[in-house]
Amino acid sequence: MGYDLNMRVWRGDATGGGFSSYVVPVEEGEVVLDAIHRLQAEQAPDLAVRWNCKAGKCGSCSAEVNGKPRLMCMTRLSSFDPTETITVTPMRTFPIIRDLVTDVTFNYEKAREVPAFTPAGDNKGGKFRMAQVDVERGQEFRKCIECFLCQNTCHVIRDHDDNKPAFAGPRFFIRYAELDMHPLDTLDRRKMAQNEEGLGYCNITKCCTEVCPEGIHITDNGIIPLKERVVDAKYDPVLIPFLGRRKDRRPVGSAAGHGPSPIKRPGQPSTPSPVTTDVAARTATLAPAPPEPTGLGPMVPGPADQAKMAAPYAVAAGGLGFLVWALRRRRR
Amino acid sequence: MVETERHDYDVIVIGAGGSGLRAAIAAHEAGARTAIVCKSLLGKAHTVMAEGGAAAAMGNVWPEDNWQVHFRDTMRGGKMLNNWRMAQLHALEAPDRVYELEEWGALFDRTKDGKISQRDFGGHRYARLAHVGDRTGLEMIRTLQQRAVQIGVDVFMECTITRLLKDGGKIAGAFGYWRETGSFITFTAPAVVLATGGIGKSFQVTSNSWEYTGDGHAMALWAGASLINMEFVQFHPTGMVWPPSVKGILITESVRGEGGVLRNSEGKRFMFDYIPDFFKAETADNEKEADAWYADHINNRRPPELLPRDEVARAINSEIKAGRGSPHGGVYLDIATRRSAEDIKRRLPSMYHQFKELGDVDITKEPMEVAPTCHYVMGGIEVDADTQASIVPGLYAAGEVSGGMHGSNRLGGNSLSDLLVFGRRAGDSAADYVSKLPSRPRISEADVQAAADEAEEPFSNPGKENPYAVMKDLQEHMQSLVGIIRRAEELERALKEIDRLKERAKNVSVRGLGREYNPGWNTALDLRSMLTVSECIAKAALERTESRGGHTRDDYPATDYDYWGTINLVLTERNGKLQLDRKPLPVMPDELKTLFEESH
Repeated sequence: MGYDLNMRVWRGDATGGGFSSYVVPVEEGEVVLDAIHRLQAEQAPDLAVRWNCKAGKCGSCSAEVNGKPRLMCMTRLSSFDPTETITVTPMRTFPIIRDLVTDVTFNYEKAREVPAFTPAGDNKGGKFRMAQVDVERGQEFRKCIECFLCQNTCHVIRDHDDNKPAFAGPRFFIRYAELDMHPLDTLDRRKMAQNEEGLGYCNITKCCTEVCPEGIHITDNGIIPLKERVVDAKYDPVLIPFLGRRKDRRPVGSAAGHGPSPIKRPGQPSTPSPVTTDVAARTATLAPAPPEPTGLGPMVPGPADQAKMAAPYAVAAGGLGFLVWALRRRRR
Repeated sequence: MVETERHDYDVIVIGAGGSGLRAAIAAHEAGARTAIVCKSLLGKAHTVMAEGGAAAAMGNVWPEDNWQVHFRDTMRGGKMLNNWRMAQLHALEAPDRVYELEEWGALFDRTKDGKISQRDFGGHRYARLAHVGDRTGLEMIRTLQQRAVQIGVDVFMECTITRLLKDGGKIAGAFGYWRETGSFITFTAPAVVLATGGIGKSFQVTSNSWEYTGDGHAMALWAGASLINMEFVQFHPTGMVWPPSVKGILITESVRGEGGVLRNSEGKRFMFDYIPDFFKAETADNEKEADAWYADHINNRRPPELLPRDEVARAINSEIKAGRGSPHGGVYLDIATRRSAEDIKRRLPSMYHQFKELGDVDITKEPMEVAPTCHYVMGGIEVDADTQASIVPGLYAAGEVSGGMHGSNRLGGNSLSDLLVFGRRAGDSAADYVSKLPSRPRISEADVQAAADEAEEPFSNPGKENPYAVMKDLQEHMQSLVGIIRRAEELERALKEIDRLKERAKNVSVRGLGREYNPGWNTALDLRSMLTVSECIAKAALERTESRGGHTRDDYPATDYDYWGTINLVLTERNGKLQLDRKPLPVMPDELKTLFEESH
């Protein structure tokens, strides 16, 4: 039944702030976002908070509840003791705008660096053919609701702001993994993921996986296989003749998103003239490659022992993964 | 002069859901300098909540399917009040728009032979919805978002437009504010595409998010455009009812498409008692035939659970009113006894997750409690079917904010395809319009000043009204007086209440630090649109003295095909007063009429 909830909410802006304490009446079955909304409607109408769907589908209401990165709409009050004080703070990794709202532009900038899906030909009349088992791999990553909790929790940038320019973060590593696993994609983004997006910084501590509200196996199914394939692209001179290697993909060089950002912020000028579409310019130089309908074959997640160890160097981790992959592939 | 930043574009798209993104992509690709302006972050628009799929007669599962069948289903679902040309274009072009998404990276579920799989939905004769589990909207918005960013469409996110600006009769730009800083922003652009979605936030129990305050509907009306069919509001049959905090959250129709059935407190599959004459010929009247239909659509008729949404919502409403509801005021939606736990988790993963996390219910073991929730408005800006142009030169509309396509009731799955088909058409036409303009319209500084004064007014208002309190009262009145079942006295009372709320809204004042990310202020501004669209809905609902689709009159229960079946209600604003006119429905050409002559 209903009770009075003690809350501490961080209030402030880029210049500073602190905790404000509130007592909010709450009802059975409610979530943290309900308490925040009631607070906003009855006591603090200017309390800044982002939200949209209130059903865990849009990824807007990300915050830290008692220090844990969570979606407020999916954090039930019944998971706390009624006498407990609930502390709500904004995501720590991104600059504060106001109260619980942070500036997540970083993620949108990283998003535009990813070279888009590039099929060999068009899909007029629905020519594409893909097997369900092949699309399911990418579908897991496309469940991502872009709440950016994984980005927020990733220690590569959470405590090291200076790493941001060189590190895309878990959300975008699974975007690279998704495109890499797409049965009809023709670009090879592996070197780019490693050299320009900082895949190597990740030492697979799995914090991102732990906070993912969608339960995506970011590390096991996304980052580790991607690391393995990066190693495959970079460090396998001896084994290639025995194992064969995909040759049908065209490598991409530098990051895709050059020029003025299309994501505008208050006070920025608009983009001066229409840009020719990036993908058209890029793909024009690429020879068409035949699609491979069966995709990459079964994906090989890194073995559990490897995943658990907090390997300090990604290359070492990837190398081990590559050997496992190579051995399994030869057995087939 | 007002302190505002200024931007110049050819085409401004307001709203970044499916239709806005598709329109922006089209306008940009047609060579127009295009910007998209949205109230939330990019990728958070209401399209992400769409679950079931996008209807397109690709014929991948049932080769018998084609655009004519889709067209016929859409028109019958809308009780023949649809704009026939829009329904035709939609059915014709939907497959190409879906293929295009796949070309941009969307990963739809597959058939055994590797084509896009299609699922059954209410009112669709064949399995027709391209889908990704039960998160099709997310897949669509992500695909379009990635495409738009990749080709370089400028995006102004968390930026709310409050007024359209004109030069003489023509569109000249738009005025709004950044949520983050509260600072003003003025766009000059000869063409504006409205893609702002719906009005659901005017109701208490709704599947819609805070953004759905009818901004596009209201701004179009204020700018001289006309709204049609505003009386038709879709109440989705299955919203969550328990716990209270999730009341109204959508449960996808796919649950029924995948075999789920509705039962009352007596355990009876009650939909067999609610088959209307209009759909008798194609609906199974016994459980055996209904269950056999899932495997064999040709020799069996469809289960009554898959009647169009208006029919199912009314039936659920009647069962609850008759005292055969569940403990929390709903009925039971049962998939647990119909499909294996494994199938349910695979086909309906986000429903499983949603109930587990928010309701402590394991849908593989127990039935869900469901009741109707406000979901969609069929009414919207009156547009030309081919170009999506409104009657105001330079103003276009696509998606939920436009009217006509869905008649009096929208079929599930037809909105995702609607967004794509008409989003593209709106973007193309807007770009084309700009390229043919002899001279660019100019905005007037006086209009910018007026828009800025209007936006700042709540800060200087000496009144004591809380914007949240006015909004809450509006939602309660709309829910109880203009809800799923309506009658004249209640609608008249609703109009009086709305008048009173308008007076109260004049005294809304905003406390707080300032304009920077101030939700109280944002709500005060949204209230104006909400009050405007609520009045439109109530006024049109009072005028239409019959029951049809998303408009059910207790005092006029019959559907009147002879008169009301030929009439659209058109709303305009003249001298600050809402004006209602009756206008004949466009008449379908004879060769399309023949599609409705066959019996089943």
